[in-house]
Amino acid sequence: MKLKNTLLMLFLVLPLGAALAADVSPEEELVKFQNYFKEKFPEVPFQDFANGVYAVDPASREQWEALEEFPPYEIDIEEGKRLFETPFKNGKTYADCFENGGIGIAQKYPYFDTERNEVVTLPLAINRCREANGEKPLKYKKGKIAKILAYMVYTSRGNTIDVKIPNDKALEAWKKGRQFYFSRRGQLNMACAHCHMDNAGRRIRADILSPALGHPTHFPVYRSKWGELGTLHRRFAGCNKQVRAKPFPAQSEEYRNLEYFLTYMSNGLKINGPGVRK
Amino acid sequence: MAKNTIKVRAKIKGGKCIVKTLIKHPMETGLRKDKKTGKKIPAHYIKEVICEHNGEKVCVANWGVAVSKNPYLSFRFSGASKGDQIKISWVDNKGDSDSKTATIS
Amino acid sequence: MNLARREVLKLGVTGAALATLPIGTLFPARSAHAAYPENAFKEKEVTKALQDLFGTDQTASGDVKIKAPDIAENGAVVPITVSTGMSGVESITILVEKNPSPLAAHFELSPRTDGYVSTRIKMGKTSPVIAVVKANGKLYSASKTVKVTIGGCGG
Repeated sequence: MKLKNTLLMLFLVLPLGAALAADVSPEEELVKFQNYFKEKFPEVPFQDFANGVYAVDPASREQWEALEEFPPYEIDIEEGKRLFETPFKNGKTYADCFENGGIGIAQKYPYFDTERNEVVTLPLAINRCREANGEKPLKYKKGKIAKILAYMVYTSRGNTIDVKIPNDKALEAWKKGRQFYFSRRGQLNMACAHCHMDNAGRRIRADILSPALGHPTHFPVYRSKWGELGTLHRRFAGCNKQVRAKPFPAQSEEYRNLEYFLTYMSNGLKINGPGVRK
Repeated sequence: MAKNTIKVRAKIKGGKCIVKTLIKHPMETGLRKDKKTGKKIPAHYIKEVICEHNGEKVCVANWGVAVSKNPYLSFRFSGASKGDQIKISWVDNKGDSDSKTATIS
Repeated sequence: MNLARREVLKLGVTGAALATLPIGTLFPARSAHAAYPENAFKEKEVTKALQDLFGTDQTASGDVKIKAPDIAENGAVVPITVSTGMSGVESITILVEKNPSPLAAHFELSPRTDGYVSTRIKMGKTSPVIAVVKANGKLYSASKTVKVTIGGCGG
């Protein structure tokens, strides 16, 4: 049975060691992680990892380029801009909540809030801005939040990701994210790393698994399968469901820590969102 | 009347006007079922797209439900100059419509 | 109003008579264009859709190029480009043989419009994609099989 063979292949030893050692240096891990992919895909220029599966598969790249030529998310960016610029009932706007009026800042997220001791992602910051101004929070997986994100991320295209780990509490959050990434879950008993590290570039049925390096650069994403934009946490939930694990809620601590870890590991890559994917 | 559903890019290249347009529309086939209610989602799709250059039709598209959601169309024609007007209009099976005029660059 | 058109409208709203007449013959005027081929879009077979559109399903091979992926990344959004170097192109038609209703799109082109259209279509499963170009009153066609697969990463 094909599925059985696929599963057997996935029970490989993880290169960074299943040992979730207490003594882990993020800087060293970052280098190891990025080198792992550079060695696995030697023909891919570093910045191209931001294009995910299209960096490693020419056939689907052609179709993707055809779509990116006039991408379906362009209309969403316009709507996102409208939503972003529309004042709240109290007269203030999103620009009042963010550095530089919210323009060109997406690469600074997620960051570790040293006062509240938690990871703050951009969608979380958007909703906190809304609540601070008497508005109801938006749902986190799609719709308006995805459109606002699309606009903010679009204004940040080309900016380099540079996530920092400022203190011990932040390091803890990063470690939790790392642990999540390498932990098996669900009925299929698979970890994120099984697909996106060990088997990156290989097929799972007719899909090609994208490398983990570069994953956070192009969200929110217009997935042809969804027929609309969706956020990173929407995709986390989908992936978890696929290994038949119960997903965590979008913007839960688990997913925020995961995003923190993943984005840190893509430090040096440039934001290229929003993106089109299958 | 729908609003702001059409994006148009039109430019002169190699003596021809190359037009690319993206339209926001569900292009619902009428074959899908609503996951929650189990009922079929009614067909809702653009039937006709009329593309005009300075008031003259250069392309008329007849679409069925097999055109993708948020449909894209590109075509090219001669006899246009920078500054001319391109108009894209659509009508769907519910009688809804929208149009957009853009300047050729 | 065009006299011929008024005459035709008298034949009845269902347009049964209209459906059998080839597009283009009744609406030659610059300002009017052919009516939406309702029946053609409902047909379950390529031959019937072509008969509804053109009055015949006979096509010749010719300069008709289809640019489409060998394996579609996602059957809901398959980029297709049909082009031809022929002159006198009147229309380009795209059909997906194995779709529930094969006729996907039909484009009527003015004399100064190139024989070129690019769009994105839905394919229910692996199927030949057929392009029909009407040029100088004649029909030419080409076909390319596009594979549609089930992915592994739904979500």
